[in-house]
Amino acid sequence: MLNTNRKKLLEVDGLKQYFNKGQKTEVRAVDDISFYIEEGETFGLVGESGCGKSTTGRSIIRLYTPTAGRILFDGEDIARIRSRAEILRFRRDAQMIFQDPYASLNPRMKVKDIVAEGIDLHDPAKNARERDERVYRMLELVGLDESHADRYPHEFSGGQRQRIGIARALALKPRFIVCDEPISALDVSIQAQVVNLLQDLQKSQNLTYLFIAHDLSMVKFISDRIGVMYYGKLVEVGPSEEIYNYGVHPYTESLLSAIPLPDPEYERSRKRIAYIPQPPGADAKLRAVAPGHFVYCTEAEATAYQEKRNKRVCS
Amino acid sequence: MKDDRSIVDIDANNGTGVGTASADPHDFSPLKLENAAYEREKNESPSLNFMQDSWRRIRKNRSALISMVVLVLLIGVAFTSIWLFPHDPNRQNLAHSNLPPKIPGVTVRGFDGTAADNSGGGAFIDKYAAEGVPEGVYYYLGTDNLGRDLLARLLGGMRVSLLIAFVAAFLDLTIGVTYGLVSGLFGERVDSVMQRILEVLAGIPNLVVLILMLTIFKPGIFTIILAMIVTGWISMARIVRAQTMKLKNQEYVLAAVTLGQSKAVIAAKHILPNISGVVIVQMMFSIPQAIFFEAFLSFIGLGLRPPEASLGTLLNEGYKAFRVLPYQMWVPTVTLSVLMISFNLLADGLRDAFDPKMKE
Ligand SMILES: Nc1ncnc2c1ncn2[C@@H]1O[C@H](COP(=O)(O)OP(=O)(O)OP(=O)(O)O)[C@@H](O)[C@H]1O
Ligand SMILES: [Mg+2]
Repeated sequence: MLNTNRKKLLEVDGLKQYFNKGQKTEVRAVDDISFYIEEGETFGLVGESGCGKSTTGRSIIRLYTPTAGRILFDGEDIARIRSRAEILRFRRDAQMIFQDPYASLNPRMKVKDIVAEGIDLHDPAKNARERDERVYRMLELVGLDESHADRYPHEFSGGQRQRIGIARALALKPRFIVCDEPISALDVSIQAQVVNLLQDLQKSQNLTYLFIAHDLSMVKFISDRIGVMYYGKLVEVGPSEEIYNYGVHPYTESLLSAIPLPDPEYERSRKRIAYIPQPPGADAKLRAVAPGHFVYCTEAEATAYQEKRNKRVCS
Repeated sequence: MKDDRSIVDIDANNGTGVGTASADPHDFSPLKLENAAYEREKNESPSLNFMQDSWRRIRKNRSALISMVVLVLLIGVAFTSIWLFPHDPNRQNLAHSNLPPKIPGVTVRGFDGTAADNSGGGAFIDKYAAEGVPEGVYYYLGTDNLGRDLLARLLGGMRVSLLIAFVAAFLDLTIGVTYGLVSGLFGERVDSVMQRILEVLAGIPNLVVLILMLTIFKPGIFTIILAMIVTGWISMARIVRAQTMKLKNQEYVLAAVTLGQSKAVIAAKHILPNISGVVIVQMMFSIPQAIFFEAFLSFIGLGLRPPEASLGTLLNEGYKAFRVLPYQMWVPTVTLSVLMISFNLLADGLRDAFDPKMKE
């Protein structure tokens, strides 16, 4: 699964996003995180509520102007572009799918105008017929049909609305999509449908995903690699199997211990591990404990983590 | 374990006590599968947009509907009378002064040209005959002490009030909405500067603004409008700003930013349509305020000046003669009240129609 010589589509380097900087209410929502996403892969970002996942996604998509750091998209530093032309070029390539299907569609617009918004802006259709045609094609792509185009969002279910949001993002033919908890507001039975749709689209449209969620089991299912976030920092990064089976950072262990399995034997013995935050050491940074598997720790802790991981691999 | 028991007990009680109409399973038949699929795909209810939905709701609100009809009638009469009923509101005819209302064919006391004889006794006499007004001359609402036709003056005064109403609405929609949108959308420093300006403007009572204006301009409708331009739109700007702040972090606005939409388009396409209800309601509430502002100023002599007709000047003239010639005050009072009540009730109805959740 891991292909080492794939191109890095997105590289985040030392990204910081502070709100109300310099005031008493300063919030360090994202504090110096670095990771990369290869072309065609899905990078899962997990962490508890309020740890800064959405903020990371929104900074990368330039909904916020980053406080510091570099965001290289296809070699170009997105954090530094200012001119409208450059921003528009980036917008064509990078889109976002939002968390709340009830808040992410303008209630006063018809579905076809919602889906066509990007088309009108970047690549206007020659006439109304062509515009409709393109909207219908997008709707079909996400499993809706023409008859839905003339309706208003409130006439749809959560799952259908999320599909409309996906169609809107795809209409620009982007290469990279930030999925900000696209399924957490949906019913469990609908979640699987939407995840499958996202995976199908990834293959057919050759998409790269940053997939944000707080549920590690779902992220493991969809992601190639996972980053675990805690309180504005990335505490562990690695291939999803590796993190899922051999996650060694105490916070990751705590998340893993929270996953229920449909196995009564296991459930009876499953113990929740509470995470007790420890102040990070002075020289803490992401250090490799195995190939491609990094943990946020000090030099000394790194060797301990390495041993812990290797012991688990052997057992 | 004990808790479980008690829940079961409550259920059992409900079953015997309340739910006596027991359902017989034979009353139900399973839906056919093809039917179910068909019904799920079809969304039977008509696709109502916001305006249709609001209209449906306001039609059920009787007071709002009546107010709307009354307003349409008043506005229609006030303006069509310019051509259909061309009486100069300022033309004096001293020979016909202080005539009571007289409407052809009406014999109701008060509208038949009779009034109590003010030289003594309580007898009602035909004033028109007493003053030697020729047969066939009618003043539907009587005349004032200079013999001016009160109906013509009333219509003229209503036109002034409605012009003020229109100006208030226009200022709300242009300056107020734009100011609020810009302040709310840009936020941060732009917002702080704009809000400080607003606070200064709002801190000056509009009566003071008007008096300051009067040091330069002559009192009149122009000065009132100038004063309204300075302060008339402030509450609208505040409401629009607050609503914009609330909406601009909504995910559909963020989605529009992600698509690359400019601030102007976001304001016009995503924010404005979603706050239109609030804007219309606020506008409807500020209209009666403005009408009253003008009437009040004219009444105390800072607005329109006699002989110009306005509801305020009519009230001023009427109240001086209220003891002897009450109709001269009733006419503008009732009109002003009806105008203000109608606008307020309509605004209330619109608020309920646009935002049914806000109704307590
Ligand atoms: N515009 C803002 N101004 C100030 N603080 C903010 C702003 N946006 C987010 N924050 C703060 O930044 C922190 C991270 O928020 P963020 O929305 O990224 O969390 P999250 O990981 O996405 O959580 P969730 O799982 O609940 O969506 C929170 O403490 C939040 O209060
Ligand atoms: Mg979030």
